[in-house]
Amino acid sequence: MGSQGGFYQSKEFLDLVKSIGEARSKAEEDRIVLNEIDTLKRRISEPDIPKRKMKEYIIRLVYIEMLGHDASFGYIHAVKMTHDDSLLVKRTGYLAVTLFLNEDHDLIILIVNTIQKDLKSDNYLVVCAALNAVCKLINEETIPAVLPQVVELLAHPKEAVRKKAVMALHRFYQKSPSSVSHLISNFRKRLSDNDPGVMGATLCPLFDLITQDVNSYKDLVISFVSILKQVAERRLSKAYDYHQMPAPFIQIKLLKILALLGSGDKQASENMYTVVGDIFRKCDSSSNIGNAVLYECICCVSSIYPNPKLLDSAADVISTFLKSDSHNLKYMGIDALGRLIKISPEIAEQHQLAVIDCLEDPDDTLKRKTFELLYKMTKSTNVDVIVDRMIDYMISINDNHYKTEIASRCVELAEQFAPSNQWFILTMNKVFEHAGDLVNIKVAHNLMRLIAEGFGEDDDNADSKLRSSAVESYLRILGEPNLPSVFLQVICWVLGEYGTADGMFSASDITGKLCDVAEAYSSDETVKAYAVTALMKIYAFEIAAGRKVDMLPECQSLMEELLASHSTDLQQRAYELQAVIGLDTHTVECIMPSDASCEDIEVDKDLSFLNGYIQEAIEKGAQPYIPESERSGVLNMGNFRNQDHHEPSHGLRFEAYELPKPAVQSRIPQAVPPSTEIVPVPEPMYPSEIYQTPTPSNPSNAGSTELKLRLDGVQKKWGRPTYTPETSTSTSTSQKTVNGAAQVEGASTVNSTRETYASRKPQVEISHEKQKLAASLFGGSSKPEKRPATGHKVSKASSHVVEKSHVPKSSKEVASEKTAPAQPPPDLLDLGEPTDTSTAPSLDPFTQLEGLLDTTQVASAANGATAASSSPDVMALYADTPIGIHNKDDTDLLSGLSNPSVTNVPGATAKPQITQSSGKGPNPKGSLEKDALVRQMGVNPSSQNPNLFKDLLG
Amino acid sequence: MIKAVMVMNTQGKPRLAKFFEYLPLEKQHELIRSVFGVLCSRPENVSNFVEAESVFGPDSRLVYKHFATLYFIFVFDSSENELAMLDLIQVLVETLDRCFKNVCELDIVFNYSKIHTILDEIIFGGQVLETRSTEIMRAVEEISKLEAASNAITLVPKSASGWLSR
Repeated sequence: MGSQGGFYQSKEFLDLVKSIGEARSKAEEDRIVLNEIDTLKRRISEPDIPKRKMKEYIIRLVYIEMLGHDASFGYIHAVKMTHDDSLLVKRTGYLAVTLFLNEDHDLIILIVNTIQKDLKSDNYLVVCAALNAVCKLINEETIPAVLPQVVELLAHPKEAVRKKAVMALHRFYQKSPSSVSHLISNFRKRLSDNDPGVMGATLCPLFDLITQDVNSYKDLVISFVSILKQVAERRLSKAYDYHQMPAPFIQIKLLKILALLGSGDKQASENMYTVVGDIFRKCDSSSNIGNAVLYECICCVSSIYPNPKLLDSAADVISTFLKSDSHNLKYMGIDALGRLIKISPEIAEQHQLAVIDCLEDPDDTLKRKTFELLYKMTKSTNVDVIVDRMIDYMISINDNHYKTEIASRCVELAEQFAPSNQWFILTMNKVFEHAGDLVNIKVAHNLMRLIAEGFGEDDDNADSKLRSSAVESYLRILGEPNLPSVFLQVICWVLGEYGTADGMFSASDITGKLCDVAEAYSSDETVKAYAVTALMKIYAFEIAAGRKVDMLPECQSLMEELLASHSTDLQQRAYELQAVIGLDTHTVECIMPSDASCEDIEVDKDLSFLNGYIQEAIEKGAQPYIPESERSGVLNMGNFRNQDHHEPSHGLRFEAYELPKPAVQSRIPQAVPPSTEIVPVPEPMYPSEIYQTPTPSNPSNAGSTELKLRLDGVQKKWGRPTYTPETSTSTSTSQKTVNGAAQVEGASTVNSTRETYASRKPQVEISHEKQKLAASLFGGSSKPEKRPATGHKVSKASSHVVEKSHVPKSSKEVASEKTAPAQPPPDLLDLGEPTDTSTAPSLDPFTQLEGLLDTTQVASAANGATAASSSPDVMALYADTPIGIHNKDDTDLLSGLSNPSVTNVPGATAKPQITQSSGKGPNPKGSLEKDALVRQMGVNPSSQNPNLFKDLLG
Repeated sequence: MIKAVMVMNTQGKPRLAKFFEYLPLEKQHELIRSVFGVLCSRPENVSNFVEAESVFGPDSRLVYKHFATLYFIFVFDSSENELAMLDLIQVLVETLDRCFKNVCELDIVFNYSKIHTILDEIIFGGQVLETRSTEIMRAVEEISKLEAASNAITLVPKSASGWLSR
C-alpha cells in the first residue's frame, strides 16, 4: 500500500474496511457497520483521546456515512477538530465537516469563527483548507463574515491561494449574486494575473457572468481572443501541456465564452474567426482532449455569426467524428451535427447513413442523442418516418422519464407536421396506447378538441370522415387489454359524441362497448364517469332521432350498480342518465343536442328568466335580495361561503337546520336594486334551502314538489353547485379484435406517404433498407437554394445526396426507390387508394385551426339557457344537467382556444358519412351488429373474436 | 459545474462519493444506487456518456470510465464539455496511479482521506482547478509533509512514536 506520511490508518480501520469488503450480503455489511457505530459512539466520547486516534475515528465516521449509515453523533467532534492547531487534525476536521454538513446546518455557526481565523493564517495550507470549507459551508447569511478575508486573499503571493480565492468568490456569486455584486470587477482584474492557473480559474466565474449578461462583457472579446491565441500558439510554459495539447481546459472555457459573446454579434464574431480557424487546423484529432477542443470549436462556430470557411471546417470535423469507431466521438458528432444543422441544414445529408447507423446502435445514449437530432430535423416530409421510429423506440424502453419525454416529442411533432388527419389520429392512438399514463392530460383534451372541431375549415365532410375513422379505430383498440386511463377517457368521449353519428354503428353496438369499458376498468372512476356520460349521450341521440331505446341488460345492471355507488359523481351521472331516458324527444334534443361539444354555452348570469317570478314574489311581500357586500354584520361570512349565500349569524352552526318553510319567502329577488337600509335577513330560511339544494339532485325526488324544483333554479344562480357534471363521453365496449394491432399498423401505412412505406418494406438487404430510411429521412430536407446542383425535385436531391455519400452502390437503389414509389410490396395491405389520403389536406393542422378561428360560426347559443326559459317545467327539473355539462365541455375542449366561440354547426355529422373502408369487404357494421346480437342474447363476446374486424381493411 | 464525483466498484459498493452541492444522505445513496443500476446494464464498447436527467434532474450529464474493478463517475451540467470530463477522469486516475504506483481498488479503500485531498486539488467547489497531475502531486506531497511535521511536533511527546515510523 502506497500510503505516505500523514495518511496513516490503524489496523482496526483496515480490518473494518476488509471485513466490509468481504461481506457477502448487504445484511452482513449492515451488521458490521452497526457494530462499528457502537464502538465509535463509545470511544469517541471518552476523555483525552489522542489527536491521532481522534482523526482516525473521524475518518471512520466519514467512511460509515459513505456506506449509507447515519454518523451524526460524531459531527460535533469533527467540528471540534477544525479548531485544532495541528494541520493534520485541522484538515481532517475540515474534510469531515465539508462532507457531513450542509450550509444550513446548526453546527456551522461554530465553524465560521474558525474559518475566519484560518483565512488569515500564515500557513497557506491552512488557508487553502479553510477556503475549501468556505465553498461548501458558507451560506448567504454567513458570506459577509468571511468576504473581506476572501477578497484579501485575491492578492495572496501563492498562486494556489489566489486561484482558490477566485473560485470561492465565484461560489459566493452562485449562492447569492447580490452579496458580491460590488466585487465583480475583481474577476476582470484577475484575468490579467501573471499566473495562467489563476487566469484559468477566473474564466469560470466570467463564464457564469457572461451567461447572465452578455453585453457588459463585449469589451473583453479582444482580451479573450488574444489569450486564446497565445494558448493555442503554445506561449504558455510546457508545464501546462496536457497530452501534448497546450492548456486544453483553458482553451475549452475560452471557446465557450467566445461562443456566448459572439452569438448574434457580427462584429465580435469577426474577431474570433482567425483564432478559431487556427485551432481547427492545429488541433490534434487523435487524442481525446484534442477532440474535446475540436468539439468546442464546432459549438463556438455554430453559435457565433456564421462564417462559411469555419462552417466547412466544422463540417469536416463532424464527418471525422461520425466516421470514427469510437462511440464517444459518434455521440459528439451527432450532438455537433444537431447544432450545425440549425445554420446549414444541408450538411445533414452527407451524414445520413452515419446517422442511421447511430439510430440502430446498441448504445442507448447514442440512440437518444440521435433521436434528439431527428427531432430537430423533422419537417412535414419526414415526420411520419421519424415519429414511427420514435414510437417504436418508446415502446421498447422501460425508463419512464425518457418515455414521457419521447412521447411528448412525438405528440409535438405530430401536432406540428401531421400530413393527414388519419395519420394524426393513428399516431396519437399509438402514443396513448403505449405511454398513455405518462402523457399530459392536456394532450388528451387537445385530441378531443381536435376531433370535435376537425381540421377542415368548411369541410364538414372531412370532419365527419375524421370522426368516423377515429370511432372506428377506437372500437378496434378497445379490444386491447389494460389501456391507459387517459386514453380510455378520450375513447369514451369520442364514442359518446360521435359513436353513432355516421350511422355505421348502432347504438347498441356502442353502448355495449361502453358498458364493457365501465366493467373492465371498474376501479377507475374517471373512466367510468366518462363512460356513463357517453352512454347518456348515445341514448339521448337515439331518443332525439326518434328511435326506441332498449337498454342492454348489462347496461341496466351497470346503472343499478352506479345508482348505489359510493361516488356521488357516478351516482349523479347514473340518475341523470335514468332521467334522460324517460324524457320525450323534444326535451332531450334541448338538453343533449348532438355534436354540440363545440357550442358556446351562454350562461345567463343574471337569471333574467326568473325576473317575472321574483317580481311576483316581491309583490306578495317577499324580502328583496340584498347583495352580501351591502349587508351589515356578515362580512366574515363571505370568506366562508364562497358564493353569495349568506347566513347572517356568526360562525358555524352546529344545531340541526329547520325544516324548509314555504320557499316563496326565501326567493331573493335580484332584479330589484338592493335597498340601502340594513336588513336583518331572517335567519332560518337560507340555511335550510341552501343545504337542501346542493346535494346531488335526485331527479325523481326533485320532481315531487314544485317548491323544490324552483329552489333548484335559484340554486343555480346563487348557490354553489356541489359538483360539476363532466361531459364526456362514451366508449365502445371492448370489441375483442385479435388483429387489432396489425390493423392499426396497416392503416397507418395506408395513410402515410410513400417514404414510410418504403422504409417498411421487408428487409431484403440491410444496407438497402437503411438507404431507404435515409432517403425518407433526409430526402425532403435538401435546400435547393443552398445547393443549386441538387436540382429542384426532392427525388433528385436525395439521389444526388446519396451519391455524395460514401456508399456508392446505394445511390441507384435509392433513386430507383424514389422513382417507383407507387409499387407496393405485395405483402402489404392494399394501397390501391392512397388518393384517399391525398385529398386530405396535408397542411399544418394548426394553421388550419387558425383559419377556423376566423370563420366563427354562429353558435346556437346557450342551449341550456334558452331551453330553460322555453320549457320551464322540465328545465326546472334538469336545469343542472345541461348547463353543467356544457360548461364542462367548454372548459375541456375549448380551454386552449383563443376564441372560444368557434363552433361546428350541429348537424355536421348528419352529412354524408364517408366510410373509408366500406368499399372493402363486408361492412364492419355487420359484424358489430352480430356482436350486439350476441350480447343481447346474453353471451359476452369471447376474448377471441377474430372475425369481427377481419374484413375492415380488406 | 461539476455536481458530483463518485467512485464505485463493479459490485456497486461506493468507494468515494463527493457531492459539490449538498444532498441529504438518503438522496446521495439513492443516486449512487441508481447510477450503479444504469452503469452495470451498459454493454461493453459503448460510449462513456449516459443520459442522467432521469436520475439527477434537468441539465445534468454523466460521464464514466471503467478501470479494472472500478467505475469513476463524474456528473456535471452543460457548462462542461463531455470529452474534457472524460479526460478529467483520466487526470484523476493518472494522479492516483502516480501516487500509489499502479493504483488498485484497495489503495483507494485504504487511503480514503488522501483520495479526498487529491480530489480537492483537482476540483474546487465544483470547478476544475488543476489538470496537471505533476502539479497535483506536488501539492499533495507538500500537504503530507507539513501534516507529518505538525504531527510530529504535537504528537510525538504524547503517543507512541512507533505510529509514525511507518
